[in-house]
Amino acid sequence: MGRSLKKGPYIDNRLEKKIAALDAAGRKTVIKTWSRRSMISPDFIGHTFAVHNGNKFIPVYVTENMVGHKLGEFAPTRNFRGHVAKKDKRKR
Amino acid sequence: MARILGVDIPDNKRGDISLTYIFGIGRSRAIKVLQMADVDAGKKVSEWTDAESRKIREVISENYKTEGELKSEVQLNIKRLMDIGCYRGLRHRRGLPVRGQRTSTNARTRKGRRKTVANKKK
Repeated sequence: MGRSLKKGPYIDNRLEKKIAALDAAGRKTVIKTWSRRSMISPDFIGHTFAVHNGNKFIPVYVTENMVGHKLGEFAPTRNFRGHVAKKDKRKR
Repeated sequence: MARILGVDIPDNKRGDISLTYIFGIGRSRAIKVLQMADVDAGKKVSEWTDAESRKIREVISENYKTEGELKSEVQLNIKRLMDIGCYRGLRHRRGLPVRGQRTSTNARTRKGRRKTVANKKK
Protein backbone atom coordinates (compact mmCIF):
# COMPACT_ATOMS: atom_id res chain seq x y z
CA MET A 1 0.00 0.00 0.00
CA GLY A 2 1.23 3.48 -0.80
CA ARG A 3 1.84 6.22 1.66
CA SER A 4 -0.98 8.60 2.54
CA LEU A 5 -0.87 11.72 0.38
CA LYS A 6 -1.83 13.78 3.39
CA LYS A 7 1.60 13.22 4.89
CA GLY A 8 3.57 14.11 1.80
CA PRO A 9 6.73 12.29 0.77
CA TYR A 10 9.07 11.05 3.45
CA ILE A 11 12.40 12.83 3.43
CA ASP A 12 14.84 12.66 6.29
CA ASN A 13 14.97 16.05 8.04
CA ARG A 14 18.76 16.00 8.20
CA LEU A 15 18.97 15.52 4.46
CA GLU A 16 16.63 18.38 3.80
CA LYS A 17 18.68 20.63 6.07
CA LYS A 18 21.93 19.61 4.44
CA ILE A 19 20.60 20.22 0.96
CA ALA A 20 19.24 23.60 1.98
CA ALA A 21 22.60 24.53 3.48
CA LEU A 22 24.49 23.39 0.39
CA ASP A 23 22.15 25.24 -1.92
CA ALA A 24 22.49 28.37 0.16
CA ALA A 25 26.25 28.09 0.04
CA GLY A 26 26.09 27.26 -3.65
CA ARG A 27 28.42 24.31 -3.18
CA LYS A 28 28.09 20.68 -4.09
CA THR A 29 29.71 18.13 -1.92
CA VAL A 30 29.01 14.46 -1.60
CA ILE A 31 26.48 13.83 1.14
CA LYS A 32 27.00 10.67 3.09
CA THR A 33 23.75 9.15 4.21
CA TRP A 34 22.26 6.06 5.71
CA SER A 35 18.76 7.25 4.98
CA ARG A 36 17.91 4.87 2.16
CA ARG A 37 14.24 5.32 2.90
CA SER A 38 14.19 8.98 1.92
CA MET A 39 12.32 9.94 -1.19
CA ILE A 40 14.33 11.87 -3.76
CA SER A 41 12.79 15.32 -3.98
CA PRO A 42 13.27 17.74 -6.88
CA ASP A 43 15.64 19.77 -4.68
CA PHE A 44 18.12 16.89 -4.80
CA ILE A 45 18.72 17.12 -8.53
CA GLY A 46 22.38 17.66 -9.33
CA HIS A 47 23.65 16.62 -5.93
CA THR A 48 25.63 13.51 -5.28
CA PHE A 49 24.79 11.23 -2.39
CA ALA A 50 26.85 8.49 -0.91
CA VAL A 51 24.18 6.00 0.01
CA HIS A 52 25.04 3.28 2.46
CA ASN A 53 24.30 -0.24 1.30
CA GLY A 54 25.12 -1.94 4.59
CA ASN A 55 28.74 -2.34 3.67
CA LYS A 56 30.00 0.76 1.97
CA PHE A 57 28.74 3.98 0.46
CA ILE A 58 27.59 3.94 -3.14
CA PRO A 59 27.84 7.26 -4.94
CA VAL A 60 24.53 8.24 -6.52
CA TYR A 61 24.31 11.25 -8.77
CA VAL A 62 20.69 12.38 -8.78
CA THR A 63 19.15 13.21 -12.13
CA GLU A 64 15.71 14.44 -13.00
CA ASN A 65 14.34 10.99 -13.78
CA MET A 66 15.08 9.75 -10.30
CA VAL A 67 12.66 12.07 -8.53
CA GLY A 68 10.05 10.10 -6.67
CA HIS A 69 12.23 7.07 -6.11
CA LYS A 70 13.89 6.29 -2.82
CA LEU A 71 17.62 6.73 -2.33
CA GLY A 72 18.03 3.09 -1.40
CA GLU A 73 16.82 1.94 -4.80
CA PHE A 74 20.10 3.09 -6.26
CA ALA A 75 22.41 1.32 -3.86
CA PRO A 76 21.91 -2.43 -4.19
CA THR A 77 22.39 -4.34 -0.98
CA ARG A 78 23.06 -7.71 -2.49
CA ASN A 79 25.94 -8.72 -4.64
CA PHE A 80 25.13 -11.81 -6.64
CA ARG A 81 27.55 -12.65 -9.38
CA GLY A 82 26.05 -15.95 -10.41
CA HIS A 83 26.71 -19.44 -9.27
CA VAL A 84 30.24 -20.70 -9.47
CA ALA A 85 30.61 -23.50 -11.97
CA LYS A 86 32.43 -25.82 -9.64
CA LYS A 87 34.23 -28.30 -11.78
CA ASP A 88 35.40 -31.16 -9.68
CA LYS A 89 33.84 -30.99 -6.32
CA ARG A 90 33.06 -34.59 -5.71
CA LYS A 91 32.86 -35.15 -2.01
CA ARG A 92 32.15 -38.54 -0.75
CA MET B 1 -14.90 -10.42 -38.71
CA ALA B 2 -15.09 -6.84 -37.66
CA ARG B 3 -11.98 -4.74 -37.78
CA ILE B 4 -11.43 -2.15 -35.10
CA LEU B 5 -8.29 -0.09 -34.65
CA GLY B 6 -5.88 -1.56 -37.14
CA VAL B 7 -5.35 -5.24 -36.71
CA ASP B 8 -7.85 -6.41 -34.16
CA ILE B 9 -10.58 -8.68 -35.40
CA PRO B 10 -12.81 -9.95 -32.62
CA ASP B 11 -16.04 -11.59 -33.76
CA ASN B 12 -19.25 -13.48 -33.02
CA LYS B 13 -19.05 -12.72 -29.29
CA ARG B 14 -20.79 -10.17 -27.12
CA GLY B 15 -19.50 -6.67 -27.74
CA ASP B 16 -18.02 -6.23 -24.27
CA ILE B 17 -16.07 -9.48 -24.55
CA SER B 18 -15.00 -8.87 -28.09
CA LEU B 19 -13.47 -5.49 -27.37
CA THR B 20 -11.16 -7.01 -24.78
CA TYR B 21 -9.19 -8.60 -27.62
CA ILE B 22 -7.71 -5.16 -28.13
CA PHE B 23 -4.51 -4.59 -26.16
CA GLY B 24 -5.30 -1.93 -23.58
CA ILE B 25 -8.98 -2.69 -23.22
CA GLY B 26 -10.22 -5.04 -20.56
CA ARG B 27 -13.68 -5.84 -19.32
CA SER B 28 -14.41 -2.63 -17.48
CA ARG B 29 -13.06 -0.42 -20.24
CA ALA B 30 -14.99 -2.38 -22.85
CA ILE B 31 -18.21 -1.82 -20.96
CA LYS B 32 -17.40 1.86 -20.54
CA VAL B 33 -16.67 2.25 -24.24
CA LEU B 34 -19.93 0.62 -25.21
CA GLN B 35 -21.80 2.83 -22.79
CA MET B 36 -20.23 5.93 -24.25
CA ALA B 37 -21.03 4.76 -27.75
CA ASP B 38 -24.61 3.93 -26.75
CA VAL B 39 -24.40 0.30 -27.76
CA ASP B 40 -25.90 -2.50 -25.71
CA ALA B 41 -23.05 -4.50 -24.17
CA GLY B 42 -24.79 -7.80 -24.81
CA LYS B 43 -25.10 -7.18 -28.52
CA LYS B 44 -22.92 -9.37 -30.70
CA VAL B 45 -20.29 -7.71 -32.86
CA SER B 46 -21.88 -9.10 -36.00
CA GLU B 47 -25.08 -7.26 -35.09
CA TRP B 48 -23.41 -3.87 -34.83
CA THR B 49 -24.51 -1.39 -37.42
CA ASP B 50 -21.95 0.57 -39.38
CA ALA B 51 -22.82 3.72 -37.46
CA GLU B 52 -22.36 1.93 -34.15
CA SER B 53 -18.98 0.48 -34.97
CA ARG B 54 -17.84 3.81 -36.29
CA LYS B 55 -18.90 5.39 -33.01
CA ILE B 56 -17.07 2.74 -31.03
CA ARG B 57 -13.89 3.27 -33.01
CA GLU B 58 -14.14 6.97 -32.40
CA VAL B 59 -14.68 6.59 -28.67
CA ILE B 60 -11.70 4.28 -28.27
CA SER B 61 -9.25 6.27 -30.32
CA GLU B 62 -10.24 9.49 -28.62
CA ASN B 63 -10.07 8.30 -25.05
CA TYR B 64 -7.60 5.46 -24.72
CA LYS B 65 -4.10 4.52 -25.65
CA THR B 66 -4.18 1.08 -27.18
CA GLU B 67 -2.06 -1.44 -29.05
CA GLY B 68 1.28 -0.18 -30.38
CA GLU B 69 1.11 3.17 -28.71
CA LEU B 70 0.43 1.62 -25.32
CA LYS B 71 3.04 -1.07 -25.79
CA SER B 72 5.70 1.49 -26.62
CA GLU B 73 4.73 3.51 -23.58
CA VAL B 74 5.19 0.48 -21.37
CA GLN B 75 8.56 -0.20 -22.96
CA LEU B 76 9.58 3.40 -22.40
CA ASN B 77 8.68 3.16 -18.73
CA ILE B 78 10.79 0.05 -18.39
CA LYS B 79 13.64 1.68 -20.25
CA ARG B 80 13.52 4.64 -17.92
CA LEU B 81 13.86 2.32 -14.92
CA MET B 82 16.82 0.60 -16.53
CA ASP B 83 18.53 3.85 -17.44
CA ILE B 84 18.44 5.40 -14.00
CA GLY B 85 19.94 2.25 -12.54
CA CYS B 86 17.46 1.73 -9.76
CA TYR B 87 16.67 -1.62 -8.24
CA ARG B 88 13.63 -2.27 -10.40
CA GLY B 89 15.67 -1.42 -13.48
CA LEU B 90 18.38 -3.86 -12.50
CA ARG B 91 15.81 -6.61 -12.11
CA HIS B 92 14.43 -5.87 -15.54
CA ARG B 93 17.93 -6.04 -16.99
CA ARG B 94 18.56 -9.43 -15.47
CA GLY B 95 15.14 -10.76 -16.41
CA LEU B 96 14.21 -11.52 -12.82
CA PRO B 97 10.97 -10.72 -11.00
CA VAL B 98 10.76 -7.03 -10.19
CA ARG B 99 8.38 -6.90 -7.26
CA GLY B 100 10.19 -8.82 -4.59
CA GLN B 101 8.95 -12.32 -5.33
CA ARG B 102 11.03 -15.31 -4.35
CA THR B 103 13.40 -16.67 -6.95
CA SER B 104 14.72 -19.77 -5.23
CA THR B 105 11.80 -21.61 -6.72
CA ASN B 106 9.11 -20.45 -9.12
CA ALA B 107 9.46 -17.12 -10.97
CA ARG B 108 9.37 -19.13 -14.19
CA THR B 109 7.40 -16.52 -16.10
CA ARG B 110 10.28 -14.10 -15.84
CA LYS B 111 13.13 -16.58 -15.92
CA GLY B 112 11.81 -18.68 -18.78
CA ARG B 113 12.15 -22.42 -19.13
CA ARG B 114 14.16 -24.22 -16.50
CA LYS B 115 17.84 -24.44 -17.32
CA THR B 116 19.09 -27.41 -15.38
CA VAL B 117 22.51 -27.03 -13.91
CA ALA B 118 24.34 -30.32 -13.43
CA ASN B 119 23.36 -31.52 -10.01
CA LYS B 120 26.11 -32.05 -7.51
CA LYS B 121 26.97 -35.65 -6.82
CA LYS B 122 27.64 -36.92 -3.36
